Amino acid sequence: MMVAIMDDFLIRALIAGCMLALVAGVLGVFVVWRRMAYFGDAIAHSSLLGVALGFVAGVQPGVAVILVAVSIALLLQLMISRLSLSSDTLLGIFSHTGLAIGLVVLSQLNGVRIDLHGLLFGDILSVGIDDLYLIVITGIIVLIITAIFWNSLLSIVVHRDLAWIEGVPVFWIEVILMVNIALVISMAMKVVGVLLITALLIVPAAAARSLSSSPLQMTALSVVVGILSVLGGLAASWHWDTPTGPSIVVCAATVFVIFNLIALIRRQLNI
Amino acid sequence: MNTNTLLSVRKVSVQRNSRVILDDVDVDVLPGKITTIIGPNGAGKTTLMRIMLGLEKANSGVVHKRRGISIGYMPQKLQFPEHMPMSVKEFIRLGKRVKSSFMDAVCNETGITTILHQQMATLSGGEHQRVLLCRALIRNPDLLILDEPVQGVDVSGQSALYQLIADIRKRRGCAVVMVSHDLHLVMAATDEVLCLNRHVCCAGHPQSVTRSSAYLDLFGPEVERSMALYTHHHDHRHGIHGDVIDDGCNHG
Repeated sequence: MMVAIMDDFLIRALIAGCMLALVAGVLGVFVVWRRMAYFGDAIAHSSLLGVALGFVAGVQPGVAVILVAVSIALLLQLMISRLSLSSDTLLGIFSHTGLAIGLVVLSQLNGVRIDLHGLLFGDILSVGIDDLYLIVITGIIVLIITAIFWNSLLSIVVHRDLAWIEGVPVFWIEVILMVNIALVISMAMKVVGVLLITALLIVPAAAARSLSSSPLQMTALSVVVGILSVLGGLAASWHWDTPTGPSIVVCAATVFVIFNLIALIRRQLNI
Repeated sequence: MNTNTLLSVRKVSVQRNSRVILDDVDVDVLPGKITTIIGPNGAGKTTLMRIMLGLEKANSGVVHKRRGISIGYMPQKLQFPEHMPMSVKEFIRLGKRVKSSFMDAVCNETGITTILHQQMATLSGGEHQRVLLCRALIRNPDLLILDEPVQGVDVSGQSALYQLIADIRKRRGCAVVMVSHDLHLVMAATDEVLCLNRHVCCAGHPQSVTRSSAYLDLFGPEVERSMALYTHHHDHRHGIHGDVIDDGCNHG
């Protein structure tokens, strides 16, 4: 019955959304642990520039966004370690300048009809088969890389110097983390849009924090919260015709509040 | 250099933003010895240690490590990421995977067996430092480098921790280099003292160092304060941190 009324676009949206929730859940915990929320914003906002450059160069927007996001992540990594500007100032400059340049360039493109609303807030229901392939393949690559370097990634999060002395190649592990986050952000653009990507990274991870006692547990719980939010957001959008991207984020935020209430009650009752 | 030396620092100078942090420093770390680096705030103690560990590069001079030595490092009080849920056991295993019998032995040695399943975020200062020490010892180090090992530990815990470090050295025969700025507890349990104030003011056995004029110039106020807690007078001026304002540290 359900399958009969589910159209292709809805199935694509479900697969893309769940894949994204999986990967964002895994990388999101690192964003929360390393306090990289501003970093996520900076990449997300400036990846709008990727869309614009994609149109100018005639490259598929999805691919252009990946290239620009990864370049900006690497550039930021180099700049933060060299400049004396405090990193939240630097990231603030990057973030909003990227967004502004992207908007200016997009407005000057003649003869291209661009769904700006879709770029800013996401349009998961318009995920095409090409987008789907890109999301699934990028997602699998990110998951494999994260699994391989899991211990080293945890080590640098806990203590950078200690990790270095224990033989972890800190610089390269940091590069891997940055690139992975950039890849997730470029995957997320189509689904929740430039302005809400960071929410998808940090809200499920932050929700999972209150109920977990190990890094792996927090990661798994963060993935579950992400997937529930995607399903909830799609359902809300289906029944009440709400915008899908924002609905997903609202769902995740609701879970965050519920989990924290549960944790609070558990602490009060001491169980 | 002596073939016995585990690690030697030769003529190391460090400048950061055109400020001299270390000037022409020499250190030799011998097997089985406890060397304590003391000095006032801003004397470059932590920088010297980071140079020894290879975490920072010197502007000039060399650091030579004996081939194949394993170093255990205990950082200054760890800023554990507040949103990271992690048990003590998992934190230690992150440093190195070892047989559980060996792990149990080291946990026993550092007295943390009962807190292995606690969350890192809930530990007290003393427990925290013992856990860090355990993670360093898991690597079976020839050289232990400890940055302010008793920072954030209550007074009764401080001497217990120094005693633990002395016991570990005795049992394992590893060399220990530690940075500290409290004098008395350190003097009791150390073989070599290196008195640092950007350059090496004096070095040697604790007794000889405490009698040297460079040491008294550098620590005069503190030694005086600890001996006469209620009434003490000064025949010299010093800054708010207790450092002597006139450059009293002359050496050839």
